[in-house]
Amino acid sequence: MPFDLHPRLRTPAATLAGAVLLAGTLAACGSGGPSRAQTLEVWTYQDASTHIQAEAVERFNENSDVQLELVEIPGANYQERMRTAMGTPNAPDIFFNWGSGSISDFVQQDMLVDLTDTLAETDELRDAFVPTVLAAAEIDGGVYGVPMRGVQPVILFHNTELFEQVGAEPPTTWEEMEELIELFQEEGVTPVALGGADAWTSLMWLEYLLDRIGGAEVWQQIESGDTEAWGDPAVVAGAQTALDLIEDGAFGSTFLSNAYTNDGVSTYFAQGRAAMHLMGSWEYGSQLANAEEFARERLGYGTFPVFTDGAGEASTIVGNPNNYWSVNSELEGERLDAALEFLKHTTDDTYLSALVANGDIPGTVGVDDRLDDHPDPEFARFQYDLITEASAFTQSWDQALPNRAATEMMNAVDDLFSGGLTAQEFADTLRGVS
Amino acid sequence: MAGRRRARDTGRPGVLWAVPGLLFFGLFAAAPMVLVAWLSFTSWDGLSAPTWTGVENWTRLRSDPAMHRALRLSLLLTLLSWAFQTPVALLLGVWSAGHQRSRAVLSALFFLPLLASSVALALVWRSILDPHFGLAADVARWLELGDANVLGSPRGALLAVAFVAAWQFIPFHALLYQGGARQIPRSLYDAASIDGAGTVRQFFAVTLPQLRNTVVTSSVLMVVGSLTYFETVLILTGGGPGSATTIVPYLMYETGFRAFDLGYASAVATSLVVVATGVSLLMVRLTGFGRMRSTREGM
Repeated sequence: MPFDLHPRLRTPAATLAGAVLLAGTLAACGSGGPSRAQTLEVWTYQDASTHIQAEAVERFNENSDVQLELVEIPGANYQERMRTAMGTPNAPDIFFNWGSGSISDFVQQDMLVDLTDTLAETDELRDAFVPTVLAAAEIDGGVYGVPMRGVQPVILFHNTELFEQVGAEPPTTWEEMEELIELFQEEGVTPVALGGADAWTSLMWLEYLLDRIGGAEVWQQIESGDTEAWGDPAVVAGAQTALDLIEDGAFGSTFLSNAYTNDGVSTYFAQGRAAMHLMGSWEYGSQLANAEEFARERLGYGTFPVFTDGAGEASTIVGNPNNYWSVNSELEGERLDAALEFLKHTTDDTYLSALVANGDIPGTVGVDDRLDDHPDPEFARFQYDLITEASAFTQSWDQALPNRAATEMMNAVDDLFSGGLTAQEFADTLRGVS
Repeated sequence: MAGRRRARDTGRPGVLWAVPGLLFFGLFAAAPMVLVAWLSFTSWDGLSAPTWTGVENWTRLRSDPAMHRALRLSLLLTLLSWAFQTPVALLLGVWSAGHQRSRAVLSALFFLPLLASSVALALVWRSILDPHFGLAADVARWLELGDANVLGSPRGALLAVAFVAAWQFIPFHALLYQGGARQIPRSLYDAASIDGAGTVRQFFAVTLPQLRNTVVTSSVLMVVGSLTYFETVLILTGGGPGSATTIVPYLMYETGFRAFDLGYASAVATSLVVVATGVSLLMVRLTGFGRMRSTREGM
């Protein structure tokens, strides 16, 4: 295309116009930093318990010179938002995260405040948290997060009405599980609801299967960075068991189209079309909100069955030990003091009561006597015993691993469940993940 | 070549008029593109400074099975989109260029999808295709097709993406064809009917040859659009099931913003720019569009 370079391009007016335009645009990109000297930006994951953090911020602001400003980030892309903001002038000062892999890269870059000394300041704070819960915030010998929401173990939920109809009990061993799968299929009920379109729901099965077959040590080995441990026979056996479940029709024929995130699977389960559902403890809260009658009258819960010849124990749980507040290491002086002061309030009476009333089990010790304030004290007690008596608490693999390894692992899980990989190929693929 | 003077007198735009556009393009298209090309030679996690790794990302790209699969899927999706969208858009566009009584109302309805955001469209289609609660489930039940496992089967998911893309973009291409068809002189049709050509014959002998340049324009837009298609995949299928719909742009997103392997993601992005530019240049060259030859020479 002929391009006639016109002499007028070189006139000063044009240059000036261009420069002004350019400067304006650049200035717009870099704004947002210095104006908030006396406020701290606090990021939290937006969901049904956000109001508890909002109230905590409000209480804190009443007695502080440094004001906090709560920013609620819609859930789906929280991890991406947090990651891309860190290291820029738009980074949060205090922020919600999942501990471990979700913040390990930040720790490596010295972007977070080590909270070890803060936690050691007073006896109350030092002994406040359940050790297995705090463990997910311990990275390279430091503590980089303070538990701030509920403990979320993954629980095998079931529909009590359907179990009564067939005269069966929830499974305690894998043999019973296999019998139930056959039984429910004969009844025309999908044995297990699975939202396979969200690979993290499929992952929950692999997490428990590996634990029950090989014991909690296999994952601990992998998590410590030893990728060769993916070659452990228990990994292959667990993956094969998952494939057998699919083959046997345990998840029905459309599980790859089912999504958990749009409430599709939960609704399907609540309508009595599936007998069991392996899901985080938050499933109780979302059923309570979406299908209250089902949650109150027919929603049963139990632990994941054991393999009689497996190395794992019934008392081991997987899930999210908690969510954590972490503090940006850019903070100094008065602002840093305010941030640390805010963290200490997570063990306040008011804060803990609000969590329990919301249906959460805080990651602090000695909440026994608060459990009666839970919307369902019986379910609360079940969870509390599960957590405090757990021989090990395996963190969800996708949260435990750093972003890069987690993404490759999730792709392999997705491929396994959709028939693209055999159990052996799954293990081999993961051995190559660094 | 009649002279610079006349151009100035009639207020014909000089290069100065292009300055805002050029600046915008430079700042938001050219500069990021150069930056991404540079990043493709580095390893960068988005937190620390990028480290130069030479051609490492590029050698990895050449032998990465995930990239090969993504490229194959992207080309397949492009082909599907073109083969489906072109005939429908062409017929719809030519029809709506006419003077039928119901034309205006129906055309307005046809063009509605063009106004909706692609994110909203993808969300709606995802609900429609839900295996238990979507419209697809009901249709499958009535037709006794069994389970509506569209998004759960590799082929079904890819076809769903191609279909939603078509549903969304056919109106735009129909609009191009409508404009093109309106430009065709009445006299050509009059001459054709004197020669005894019926409607079908007129379409193939007059309309289609006259729309030649429109076909090329629409095809290039379709091909480049399909190669860089992204939002629908993100929301409708998430690249799944497995990697059945992980086309190149989605692979780039996943590598960049899930795994935060931004160096490698930049290599994927750069190769996408190269491929898309190459394919559209090739199309323009092969069809002779670049010569800007009129379809009405001698008239």
